[in-house]
Amino acid sequence: MDKKVTTPIHSSARRNFLKQSSAMVALALAPPTILKAGDKKVEDQIAGYFEKVPVKLEINGKAHALSIEPRVTLLDLLREQLHLTGTKKGCDHGQCGACTVHINGKRVNACLTLAVMQGGNKITTIEGLANGDELHPMQEAFIKHDGFQCGYCTPGQIMSAVACVKEGHAESDDDIREYMSGNICRCGCYTNIVDAIKDAKKGGKSL
Amino acid sequence: MINFQYLRADTQKKAIDALAKDASAQFIAGGTNLVDLMKKGVTSPQRIVDITHLPLKQIEKVPGYTRIGSLALNSEVAEHELIKNNHPLLSLALQAGASPQLRNMATVGGNIMQRTRCTYFYDTEMPCNKRIPGSGCGALQGYNRMHAIFGASDKCIAVHPSDMCVALVALDAKVLVSGPKGNRRIEFEDFHRLPGNDAAKDNVLQQGELITGIEIPDHPFTKNIHYLKIRDRASYAFALISVAATLDIQNNVIQDVRLAMGGVAHKPWRLPAAEEFLKGKKVSEEIFREAAKIAMNGSKAYEHNAFKLKMAPAAIIESLKIAAKLD
Ligand SMILES: Cc1cc2nc3c(=O)[nH]c(=O)nc-3n(C[C@H](O)[C@H](O)[C@H](O)COP(=O)(O)OP(=O)(O)OC[C@H]3O[C@@H](n4cnc5c(N)ncnc54)[C@H](O)[C@@H]3O)c2cc1C
Ligand code: FES
Ligand code: FES
Repeated sequence: MDKKVTTPIHSSARRNFLKQSSAMVALALAPPTILKAGDKKVEDQIAGYFEKVPVKLEINGKAHALSIEPRVTLLDLLREQLHLTGTKKGCDHGQCGACTVHINGKRVNACLTLAVMQGGNKITTIEGLANGDELHPMQEAFIKHDGFQCGYCTPGQIMSAVACVKEGHAESDDDIREYMSGNICRCGCYTNIVDAIKDAKKGGKSL
Repeated sequence: MINFQYLRADTQKKAIDALAKDASAQFIAGGTNLVDLMKKGVTSPQRIVDITHLPLKQIEKVPGYTRIGSLALNSEVAEHELIKNNHPLLSLALQAGASPQLRNMATVGGNIMQRTRCTYFYDTEMPCNKRIPGSGCGALQGYNRMHAIFGASDKCIAVHPSDMCVALVALDAKVLVSGPKGNRRIEFEDFHRLPGNDAAKDNVLQQGELITGIEIPDHPFTKNIHYLKIRDRASYAFALISVAATLDIQNNVIQDVRLAMGGVAHKPWRLPAAEEFLKGKKVSEEIFREAAKIAMNGSKAYEHNAFKLKMAPAAIIESLKIAAKLD
């Protein structure tokens, strides 16, 4: 794990005090220490803004105890702090699906998910699909059917496709097209993606 | 995104207190709208109150009503047996919205509260009375293809973007709200407002009030229903126009009917005059055409959205025909 993530950024004692007290506020919502609009001192305000929040979560089966700035999205946490760059940033606004990951088995857009809200959750990314050197059946199917060209949308497509089959939304071509509509492919590999999903589903291996 | 303080509320009271005390605080549920707006700098709350740990996720039948917690996910509501069987219109509308991933994050409360997708609201370089009251409306003289044809004012011509809300207004749902002054139950029709002179206010919710759920009264509309959504691509796009149509037909006579439109106004737009007209009439394409004409009374187009004046009545007729299984 990246050391920088767990080391407090503030060195002064005052900052550390603020960090601790603010973390308590953040978790317990204790009213007396909540800063009131209007009576905040600028320093307090600034220190408060940059406080990191402790978060424990599981990513691809591995437990992480992290310290995260509230504004960091799950996507940026994965890519920038944990260097799991398989999950892609396309639009960063929920419009393309490149950042699709599973949270507790459900597919979501990591770009619109705040990492601090994921405490206790199990996250699966494209890096967590394969079993060692053995590819996941959906990964194999995408290769077999040429389900990509540039490959940028592919991790999101595959994460979405696995969920699509598990949800029972891959019963027909139309069904697949509708339930894969949250993943845009700029290279236009849609027909091959549909074929790959049908094949992986038919293969009957556990997805 | 400008940083903020993160608070997690473990009780409803703490959530409400945190917002009531601080005008710059906002609730976060799925985050699919709020995080987007914060990244764009459209809104910059100094404190965010995470409500996702509150026990407001239930979907249940109670005598006379179906009650849905405000934190139930859009995907869970759409696929729930109770909703598919008793309120299929709601399932259809939810499934027409956003993408499977977004519906797995989006909550009922967040969907009701989502802000307009007007590009002038999103672009912080542009004037927008909704974002900065008094700055003007960029869309009025700008590119207004997506904008309102009903109920707009010279202060704002934005539309409410939700699909779910179109179904809920048609089904006479109620919004359950809890706030510093206690609980209240608001008719869906009265929840969202027209822009008038105060475009900044989308709805009647007060600072500190939390949506705890919705109630849908029992109704006979389970067979003859349709949600027609017209958009720029087949899926994963906001509505240009959408029409929720539900009919209760006995012996070919319309006993009761509900009609509502999306993509046409600052709020989900119910069509009461057209409903009144249809009640008691025999099912036919002619009366659907007549009803669509009545529904368009008072409509008004801007430079780029005149096509909606033709598309809207055509969509009403089509949706009614599909609901009535005419063809
Ligand atoms: C690319 C894209 C496409 C989309 N397409 C569609 C579409 O076609 N049709 C459609 O209908 N929608 C669409 N959406 C919008 C989506 O449905 C909303 O973003 C979502 O429903 C918001 O729910 P949320 O829980 O994520 O809200 P959040 O983002 O968490 O919150 C939104 C707002 O609601 C407030 N809020 C949340 N919960 C409560 C509560 N219980 N009480 C009081 N206030 C509350 C928050 O403070 C915030 O201001 C799309 C979104 C994206 C990003
Ligand atoms: S990067 Fe998240 S949807 Fe495009
Ligand atoms: S393979 Fe290039 S975007 Fe899909």
